[in-house]
Amino acid sequence: MVGLVVTALSFVVDVATGPAMLPLRSVALSVVGLSGDATVDAIVWAIRLPVALMALAVGAALGLSGALMQTILNNPLASSYTLGISAGAGFGAALVIVAGPPLWLTEGQAIPLAAMAFAGVACAIVHLVGRLRGATPEMLVLAGIALLFLFQALLSLLQFLASQEALQQIVFWLFGSLQKATWTKISVVGAVVAGCTPFLVRDLWRLTALKLGDERARGLGVEVGGLRLRALVLISVLTGAAVAFVGTIGFIGLVAPHIARILLGEDQRIFLPGAALAGALLLSMASVASKTIIPGTLFPIGIVTALVGVPFFVWLVLGNRRAYW
Amino acid sequence: MQDVGVRYGAVPALAAISLIALASEVLVLVGPNGSGKSSLVRSVAGIQRHDGQVGFADPQGPRPRSSVRIGYVPQDIGSRTALTVTETVLLGRIGQLGLRVSDADLDAVKAVLASLDVLHLAARHLGELSGGQRQLVFLAQALAAEPDVLLLDEPTSALDVRHQLEVLEIVRSITAERGLATVVVLHDLNAAARFADRIAVLDGGRLYGTGAPAATLTAAMLGDVFGIEAHVAVHGDGRPSVTPLRAIRGRTAA
Repeated sequence: MVGLVVTALSFVVDVATGPAMLPLRSVALSVVGLSGDATVDAIVWAIRLPVALMALAVGAALGLSGALMQTILNNPLASSYTLGISAGAGFGAALVIVAGPPLWLTEGQAIPLAAMAFAGVACAIVHLVGRLRGATPEMLVLAGIALLFLFQALLSLLQFLASQEALQQIVFWLFGSLQKATWTKISVVGAVVAGCTPFLVRDLWRLTALKLGDERARGLGVEVGGLRLRALVLISVLTGAAVAFVGTIGFIGLVAPHIARILLGEDQRIFLPGAALAGALLLSMASVASKTIIPGTLFPIGIVTALVGVPFFVWLVLGNRRAYW
Repeated sequence: MQDVGVRYGAVPALAAISLIALASEVLVLVGPNGSGKSSLVRSVAGIQRHDGQVGFADPQGPRPRSSVRIGYVPQDIGSRTALTVTETVLLGRIGQLGLRVSDADLDAVKAVLASLDVLHLAARHLGELSGGQRQLVFLAQALAAEPDVLLLDEPTSALDVRHQLEVLEIVRSITAERGLATVVVLHDLNAAARFADRIAVLDGGRLYGTGAPAATLTAAMLGDVFGIEAHVAVHGDGRPSVTPLRAIRGRTAA
């Protein structure tokens, strides 16, 4: 409940701040449709609201995918970013930027599609390693780390081969940015998060059982391999959708689950929504910070997330020294 | 179970074991390390690929596996989690849990925690418990499933002697009360002698012998299977006790 209120507050501040330095009153009037000033309406409805909502949607998707990843791999360092899923998506996007989109697609369509496709490829590889006889969660983590290095190397190769213009575009995309948010993109990310929910609800107790280790989960009748596969599909869709439109944003997927775990525990019925909410809050706060660190300047969100999140995270961890891991 | 065999790669862990566990009976599996006790229990639990057949039956005839509730407590190797004791025990009833946990499920959890004298731990995190407390919690989880078959793999390994006695007493009385078929893996031969209705001795993946404690825990068996010289005394209640004397030279531990 407190989390919802704080996130709502952060959303309001996010909408209220920006380089245009609009007075709070005119922003509020515009939001409720009473502004009468076309310029203010344009800024609020075409930029601020989409950016603020995108921060919530993408943050929720990253928080949820990170939480799922940490649960199915039973590892606190797991997230889409640390295990190569985001790197795969980044490589997919860079591939389109360097090689150009296929004829029947615009670059704006091809980049997100390629990002989602390669997030899926990365998850599929992790899954295939998991199907090896005797595969353990540790092997999946190692496979993810290997993928991270593989996709980073491929990305570096693309950057090495890219033209000056394409290189700049890749680098900017990798920083992560909410500024290109549109209502359509928000709808897609929001729909993906909402669409994943019913599939998660079915498996909540099975995911909780997985926290006791594979052997105990199997003993409780959980078909562990199938559960991991279902979760990996959701992780690839959530990560793909989040990364596709705003670039690679690290930290949220890693830290939001820890915040939820410390505050709410690991019953997945509250842990997963909690991680989604923590992710939304962190990215929303980062969005505010990206606009206010130097007033009038927009910092790329990917840089700011860690700057905002680390102090908050350290404070939480130091305040709760229970041995969860 | 009939002709149950398990292989890890090319290494046979169990070879054609045939054994019956009866209702209201505590069957204790003993044997040296690597003799196949855990593989056998995992095969019955349905989480170990095996040859042969594991079947279940009641007086009316054979029962399909899906209709038999199995409570399985594996060896405790620790697990990193922030789950509470209540959440952990609730998982024993995973088949019937919904998004909202019913009062009946919560009451069942409380009752089983109380029966093991650990209700005061209900709100604690699993990571904060001692090894012995964890074992009691996982026993509670298995009992919360209201099982027909109870499989316990070294349930007393982390317990002090008083808690060992308590847990084994509880297991035996619940087995009798609820008519469970209980299979327990134990390393402690004296605990096996005291609490088993029947003992099955495994050696190198084969069944060495099965029978009442006094008939199986003999000096000859201890020499053959465990490679030790031991003094075995049979007490007034017909149960034996084992005093290990020395390892027999020339035998290598499995």
